[in-house]
Amino acid sequence: MATLVTAIVRPHALDGVKNSLKAAGITGITASEVKGFGRQGGQTETYRGAEYKIDFLPKIKLEIIVTDDLVDTVISTISAAASSGKIGDGKIWTIPVGTLVRIRTGELGDEAV
Amino acid sequence: MKFTGKKLVVGLATMAGMVALTAAPALAQEEVTGVLTEESLSAEAVQVVLDNIWVLIAAVLVIFMQAGFALVEAGLTRAKSVANIMMKNLMDFAVGVLVFAAVGFAFAFGEGNGFIGTEGWFLNSETFSAGWLNLSLPTFFIFQVAFAATAATIVSGAMAERTKFKSYFVYSALITAIVYPIIVHWVWGGGWLATLATPFHDFAGSGVVHTTGGIAALVGTAILGPRIGKYAADGTPRAIPGHSIPFAIIGCFILLVGWFGFNGGSELAADSAVPAIALTTLLAASAGALVAGLVTWLKDGKPDVAMAGNGLLAGLVGITAGCAALNNWSAVIVGAIAGALVVVSVYFFDRIRIDDPVGAVSVHGICGIWGVIAVGLFAAEESDYWKQGLFFGGGTDQLLSQLLGIAAIVAFTAVTMTIVFMAIKYTIGLRVSPNEEVEGLDVHEHGYAGYGVDVVTGFSDEVLIGSTGSPSGKQV
Repeated sequence: MATLVTAIVRPHALDGVKNSLKAAGITGITASEVKGFGRQGGQTETYRGAEYKIDFLPKIKLEIIVTDDLVDTVISTISAAASSGKIGDGKIWTIPVGTLVRIRTGELGDEAV
Repeated sequence: MKFTGKKLVVGLATMAGMVALTAAPALAQEEVTGVLTEESLSAEAVQVVLDNIWVLIAAVLVIFMQAGFALVEAGLTRAKSVANIMMKNLMDFAVGVLVFAAVGFAFAFGEGNGFIGTEGWFLNSETFSAGWLNLSLPTFFIFQVAFAATAATIVSGAMAERTKFKSYFVYSALITAIVYPIIVHWVWGGGWLATLATPFHDFAGSGVVHTTGGIAALVGTAILGPRIGKYAADGTPRAIPGHSIPFAIIGCFILLVGWFGFNGGSELAADSAVPAIALTTLLAASAGALVAGLVTWLKDGKPDVAMAGNGLLAGLVGITAGCAALNNWSAVIVGAIAGALVVVSVYFFDRIRIDDPVGAVSVHGICGIWGVIAVGLFAAEESDYWKQGLFFGGGTDQLLSQLLGIAAIVAFTAVTMTIVFMAIKYTIGLRVSPNEEVEGLDVHEHGYAGYGVDVVTGFSDEVLIGSTGSPSGKQV
């Protein structure tokens, strides 16, 4: 069976995460630019003397579909590459994948990963 | 679009014809001052030509300041109204030039009484046959109209993102045709402030140009009200960040460059005073930028880029009245005080619900007043045009004239511009609808957005790359 691993990371961590995942044998990653906040809840700045709050900070969302035996490797690889130890490093979570199809060949399930 | 060879030839021929047509009458009139022949090749004749060339170049530098204003205002406001800001800057200049040529220049420099000039409409060359010092009527007019356009365009940024275009159009015609020329007449046109026992001294227009524009901006902004979303329910001012800090800062640099024409050209001659004027201008601008940056750094923890840019302009406005009368050290002090003043002033107006996105009221209005007063405090060596200031042992004569003059300018501008903006408000209306304001003025006022017109109007790829375009979009 296949699993969808979703990770939110800092934008500047993307290159390191990508290189580590490729070195670990992962064959595909989907990345999108997203914005969000977590426990810290954004930050306050001033513009021409008026305070304003940046609630949504830019992050990168990674989506990686892997066979179940690789899930732990992927999670530990991302964690190692994306961690700075400071607030805002992001999160990783997994969801079991129902149907998975490779459009070009029509392959199904683990074959399509 | 592609140019065919034939179209190019026709175009060039048309241009050549137009040049020939306009050049012919000009050549016929060349008995005016300063044409060099072997007999007239004297030092005086050369000086006449040099004076006219320098002031004409200075005028072009001042006209270039319009580009600086356009960029500063665009940068410090939101992208959804950027085309509107550009159009206002373009049109107040175009309208201003025409109305100032028709009547404004006569009100300002025509013979008349102490209050207003009453002859010389449409640049009547008989009225103005004497010229100014060595300057011909065309040179002097182009220089002066560039100043008039500067006073008018100051208001554009303060009233940005919510003013009806047609209302701004009417405002800019009225200030350039009537209000600004009357003040010019008082100070530079032989009017009552120029004929005081100790004449009011405003070398290049801290008061005449900048305070006039700044007070007009204050009145307009107060009558207009703040932008939707600028104030929280409890009245706290909210930040509405501008959409391009690079625009704003490039605009400030363009204004700095233009200011060498503004101040240096106001000598109205190519003489040895010009470099010293340029130096005081440069010193004050730098001091203003530095101090404004430092003040925001100390107050808010980070140096505010846009406020430092405002500080540069504040220093320039502050030194404009005294750029000839002040020594270098005084210029640094006056610029530095302007840099601090502009930050305090921007924060103050923000808190009393004067929503001025670009700080025009503070930069031009408040620092213009400071610049005029500074002459009465710091004027160094006595000359034909000013007495020594209070700090240089000259007593209070010059200071009192400066206070009287700036009070008159502020009061006259406030009263006349209140009438103008109230009249506009209750006839054609001053403010766009809330819906238009939220969606942005670009599409509602002018038909298309300043950015991304292809996306907004939904053109297909085929239209965008042209019917003859290759699939890659490469032009052929």
